[in-house]
Amino acid sequence: MSNIPILEIKNLKASINENEILKSLDLKIYKGEIHAIMGPNGSGKSTLSKVLAGHPAYEVLEGEILFKGKDIITLDPEERSHLGIFLAFQYPIEIPGVSNEDFLRLAYNAKQKFSDKPEVDPLEFLTIINQKLELVEMSPVFLGRNVNEGFSGGEKKRNEILQMILLDSELSILDETDSGLDIDALKTISNGINAFMNKDKAIILITHYQRLLDYVKPTFVHVMQNGKIIKTGNAGLAQELELKGYEWLK
Amino acid sequence: MVNQSNKTLNTDITKLVNQPYKYGFSTKIEKDIIEKGLNENVVRLISEKKNEPKFLLDFRLKAFKKWQQMICPEWAHLKFSEIDYQNISYYSAPKAKKKLNSLDEVDPELLETFEKLGISLSEQKRLANVAVDIVFDSVSIATTFREELAQHGVIFCSISEAIQEYPDFIKKYLGSVVPIGDNYFSALNSAVFTDGSFCYIPKNVTCPLELSTYFRINDENSGQFERTLIIADDNSQVSYLEGCTAPQYDSNQLHAAVVELIALENASIKYSTVQNWYSGNEYGLGGVYNFVTKRGLCAGKNSKISWTQVETGSNITWKYPSCLLVGDNTQGEFYSVALTNNYQQADTGSKMIHVGKNSRSRIVSKGISAGKSKNTYRGLVNITNKALGARNFSQCDSLLIGNLSNANTFPFISVQTSTAKVEHEASTSKIGEEQIFYFLQRGISIEKGIELMISGFCKDVFAELPLEFAAEADKLLSLKLEGSVG
Repeated sequence: MSNIPILEIKNLKASINENEILKSLDLKIYKGEIHAIMGPNGSGKSTLSKVLAGHPAYEVLEGEILFKGKDIITLDPEERSHLGIFLAFQYPIEIPGVSNEDFLRLAYNAKQKFSDKPEVDPLEFLTIINQKLELVEMSPVFLGRNVNEGFSGGEKKRNEILQMILLDSELSILDETDSGLDIDALKTISNGINAFMNKDKAIILITHYQRLLDYVKPTFVHVMQNGKIIKTGNAGLAQELELKGYEWLK
Repeated sequence: MVNQSNKTLNTDITKLVNQPYKYGFSTKIEKDIIEKGLNENVVRLISEKKNEPKFLLDFRLKAFKKWQQMICPEWAHLKFSEIDYQNISYYSAPKAKKKLNSLDEVDPELLETFEKLGISLSEQKRLANVAVDIVFDSVSIATTFREELAQHGVIFCSISEAIQEYPDFIKKYLGSVVPIGDNYFSALNSAVFTDGSFCYIPKNVTCPLELSTYFRINDENSGQFERTLIIADDNSQVSYLEGCTAPQYDSNQLHAAVVELIALENASIKYSTVQNWYSGNEYGLGGVYNFVTKRGLCAGKNSKISWTQVETGSNITWKYPSCLLVGDNTQGEFYSVALTNNYQQADTGSKMIHVGKNSRSRIVSKGISAGKSKNTYRGLVNITNKALGARNFSQCDSLLIGNLSNANTFPFISVQTSTAKVEHEASTSKIGEEQIFYFLQRGISIEKGIELMISGFCKDVFAELPLEFAAEADKLLSLKLEGSVG
C-alpha cells in the first residue's frame, strides 16, 4: 500500500444554486480499498459524486480534492476522466442518434490518446469490447443501439459498469448502481465489479442497501448526513444500519 | 451557482462559435457593374448587356410590372428590416474576355478565389466525377466537362448561353413551374436574373457525372439573382448539387434565386444543396438574405424529384423546395437539415402538391437551433381530389442546443380524397448540460460529443447526399456548432 492516498478530500464544502450541500467533508482512500457511502436521502452522497467528477453546476466553496496527491478542483471533467476518475451515473443519460458502439469507442480512444497509446479502429475495438461484454453479460446487440435509449433500468446500469471496465479507471464512483436492479442483475453487476477490482484500484460505492455489500465487500463503510461523514466503520456497520436505520445514529 | 457555470460554458462556446467564417474573404477584381437602383431601364439594360432575344425582355418586363404591384410577404416567422431595393446593384460581373475556350483563360484572380474555396477549376485538379458551373456575382464564369457531357447529349451550360443557343427550351420551360407572378421574390428574380445554370438530359440518358453549380457572391452591394432550369426528358436521370458561399460584410446581401425542375415520363432528378452563405456575426450583423423559390414538376408518369438541402448559412433563409406531383405514380421527396446559430433565422420546409393518382411524397426535416436563433419548419401537403391513392409521410424533428434558441413547426395538411394516406411525425429534443457532462465524464470532448449527436440526428438526411458531399456536410455542421452548448 502506497503512502499517498489515491483520493484525499479535505474540509470539502460545495454548493449548487447557492445551497451549501457538502459541509466540511473529509475522506481518505487508498489503492485496493472499497469504500461504501451510505446515508439518508438528501445527505449529499450524489453531490459528492458529481463534485468529484467536476460537474459544472456545482461549486466548490472550500477545501481540497487530491487525486494521487494532486489537487484536481480546477480540472475539467474531461481531464479528470483522463486521469482515471470514473462516475457510474445514478441516472445514465440517453443520447439519441449516437450508437453505443461509437460512444464506447470514442471514450476508449480518448483515453488511449491521453495515455500516448495508439487509437484503435472500429474492427479492433469490436474485439476489445466483445470480451468486456461477457463480464457484465450484455448482448452485443446493445452496441448497435443508441446510448441508453430505450434501455431498461438494469440495462442502463450494466452499460455503466461496462464503461467502467472498458476505461479501466483507477478510481470509480458508483452512484446507486444497485438501485432498481433485480437480484440476478445485482449478482451480474457485482461479479463485474469484483472481476474489475484489484490492488491498484479504488472504488466508492454509494448505496442505500446492504444487499450490494453482500456481494461486493467494502473495506470501510461511511455514513453521510447533512453534508458530512458522521460515522465510519467496517462492513459490520452496514449490517447494523440495516437493522436499526439511520435514526439510530442521531 | 448554475448561472456561473453556464457563464463559463458560454464563454467556451462563444470562443468556439467565433471561429472565423472560412469563406469570408472577398476578391478584388475589375468589374462591370450597373449602378444601384431598380427601374424598368435597369431591367432593359440587363437584357441588353446579355444581348437577349425579345421574348426574354418581354418576360422580364412583365415580371417587373407584376413585382411592382406585389408586396413583400409577411407570413413567415422572420424578422428583418425592410429591404431597400434601390440600394442594390442588379448586375456585377468580372470584366473578362467575351468567350472562354478553356479554363486557362479564366482570370487568375478568380481561379485563386475558387482554389481558396476548395473548388479547383484548373484542368488537372478538377473533381473527378463532378461537372461544375461557376457563378460569380451575376454571371457564370466557367463550366467544366462540357464536352464530355455533350458526347452523351447532355447540355450543361450557363442559362445565359442557353438563352442564346437553345431558345426553344427556354421559351417552353422558363417560368413554367414557377410562374412569373408566383411570389414577390420569384417575380423580382424573373425581372432581373442575370445568370444561373441550365441543364437538359435527353431521353434515355443517365447523366454520367454529378452536375453542380457553385454560387459565389463577391460584391458587397450587388444582389445575386440566379435562375436554374433543369429538364430531364423521358427515362433520364440526373443528380445535381449546388454550393454557396459569400464574403463577410457588415451589410446584408440579397440572394433571390429561382430553381425550376421538370421531370418527364420515368425521369428522375435529385437536387442537393449545401448552403453556406455568410450568416452574419455573433450579434446578427451582416449576412445574406436568402429568399429562394425552388420547385419541381413531376410532369410525366412515374417521374421522381428529390430535394436534399443542408442549410447552414445566411442571416435569413426563406425557402420551400416543392414538388408538383402531376403525373400518375410520381414521387416527391424533401430531405432537409437546417441549422441556425447566433441570430440566424430560418423559415424553411416544403410543399407537396398531389394531383396524379398514387403519387407519393416524403418529407424529412431536421432543424437544429443554437444560440439565439429561430428555426421554423413550414410545410404544406396538399392532396387534391384527383390524387386517388396518394400517400405522404412527413417527419419533422427539432434539436435545440442551449436555452435561448427557438424551434417551430407549422405543418399544413389538406386532403381532398378519402383514398389518401397521410402520416405526420414530429419530435423535439435538446442537447443539454447533462448530456455534455456525460460525454465529458467519459473523456470525450464537447466538440466530439456534439459532432456525434448532430451527425446522428442528421443521418437520415446525409444519407441522401452525394457521397463526396456527405462527409463535407457533416464537417460543416460540427464546425458551425462547435461549443454552442450553454
